[in-house]
Amino acid sequence: MKLFSYVILGLWVLAVIAGYVFGLEPNLIDLNVVLQGPGVQHWFGTDDLGRDILARVLGGVEMSLLVAVVVTVITMVIGILVGMLAGFFGGRVDSLLMQVTDIFLAFPGILLAIAFAAVLGPGLGNLILALCLTGWVSYARLTRGQTMSLRNRQHVQAAASLGAGTVRLLFRHILPLMTSVLVVEAAYSLASVMIAEASLSFLGLGIQAPHASWGAMLRDGVRFMLVAPHYVLIVGGCLMSLILAINLGGDYLRDRLDVRRDIP
Amino acid sequence: MFLIKRLINFLTVTFGVLLLTFLLIHLVPGDPVEVMLGESASSADRATLRAELGLDQPLLQQFGTYLSKLAHGDLGHSIHTKTSIAELVHTRYPATLKLALLSLVIGLAIGIPLGIFSALKAGRWQDILVTIVSVRLAAMPAFWLGPVLMLVFAVWLGWLPVSGMETNTSIILPAVTLGFGLSAILTRMTRTSLLEVLNDDYIRTARAKGLSERVVILRHAMRAALLPIITIVGLQMGSLLAGAVITETIFSWDGIGRLLVESIEKRDYPVTQACVLVVALSYVVVNLCTDLLYKLADPRVRVT
Repeated sequence: MKLFSYVILGLWVLAVIAGYVFGLEPNLIDLNVVLQGPGVQHWFGTDDLGRDILARVLGGVEMSLLVAVVVTVITMVIGILVGMLAGFFGGRVDSLLMQVTDIFLAFPGILLAIAFAAVLGPGLGNLILALCLTGWVSYARLTRGQTMSLRNRQHVQAAASLGAGTVRLLFRHILPLMTSVLVVEAAYSLASVMIAEASLSFLGLGIQAPHASWGAMLRDGVRFMLVAPHYVLIVGGCLMSLILAINLGGDYLRDRLDVRRDIP
Repeated sequence: MFLIKRLINFLTVTFGVLLLTFLLIHLVPGDPVEVMLGESASSADRATLRAELGLDQPLLQQFGTYLSKLAHGDLGHSIHTKTSIAELVHTRYPATLKLALLSLVIGLAIGIPLGIFSALKAGRWQDILVTIVSVRLAAMPAFWLGPVLMLVFAVWLGWLPVSGMETNTSIILPAVTLGFGLSAILTRMTRTSLLEVLNDDYIRTARAKGLSERVVILRHAMRAALLPIITIVGLQMGSLLAGAVITETIFSWDGIGRLLVESIEKRDYPVTQACVLVVALSYVVVNLCTDLLYKLADPRVRVT
């Protein structure tokens, strides 16, 4: 399985590089070849405006990864800060912060992200904002639990009795011990942010035309499914293969870093 | 004590959900009235809508009005069709509920037997196959599985209607789309919790008594193994409700999810707000119920 994951990830990297080398143009419209099936000229066929689907898939993967990485980094920083504060200080701070995360968790799945994206309006920036506003909660929960179990460790108490301040304790003595858990969480969340981004774009709330985005392509694919089934199948297949590879990479990291994590 | 704590948590979370959905409309960049009506609207129209939505009042007062209207079952009016939102929700909600319940049944019907099978074959190739497939099925988003099912069963085989909700069979494809992901998670949970129980002393006793394997598994082991599954089902109702937004859009299923998407496209914010609120509150209530059910179902928890 590990090999499989590497092969898929490697293929994607090669494909994106190849796209640059051969200068594929994802936005080039050619109305003579609308909704063509896969062929020699267009390996993955063309979409409703005669654009090359392969080129757009490669354009989409960059956009998708960009969003996933940015959102993961931002939500991680916010989540870690909130979680460490709650876990370290406990008491009122903790119950207040956890009450807030409870409220965010009360909105099932990506519903809250959909709601935020809906009122903020479409666009890349708002998409990222909507995903960040809802994504920090899981990190906060995770970090809080970790901090609570780590803060009573002997090395932390030793550092505290030597006069280390709160900030030093948190960032030098507690945070480093959580990195493996957080790295694994981040790997899985890359995949889930990609799915969330595609869902929002699918609903027309994400990245706007003419930029390629997998969600928007899937939406078009569903629209033209009766005449050009290859469109939705290829784009969906690409998305699935990448998600699968990232999740397998997460499994590998989890086993390697020996993190106990219940599969949700 | 547990009951009181859980109820307090329920109330604060409900209040938070109300507050957050209320604030949604204030997140609209610029003037929400202008965004909703478009730039060509007359200033008289704008003033009317502003007054109707209460946007000209102080924030705290707006929230008070919002709550008291909700208490009377008044969700406001759609900006576009002028119909009462409570009525819209009332007509759309049953369709979503029907879809979610059937998906739940499908998820349970596939997940639990497959989980039992997997646990009994633990470590053998059948188990590994089931685990790999189920772990990956769970990651399969509805907007990929849905179209594939639609292509195969509606377009190519022609067994089921493509979309809409005219015939009785229309519900099958969206329900399977939603139920599949759930069945994958249930398979894994059933497998894990059954394996945990199978090593217990009372199972060995049951076997030693000479009971058939069937009775041991179904009567003795599954009774204990089912408990964690109740919690999972409750939590997963959330992803069913959220997944319904996308699945209903794909299959043109006229439920609350599709209403939400339509309202977003029309910038009908009061409707958007109401849909988000209704779905979130359903989830909060479902979670409360599963927690209570869990405590009732588990005699060990009742004693302590």
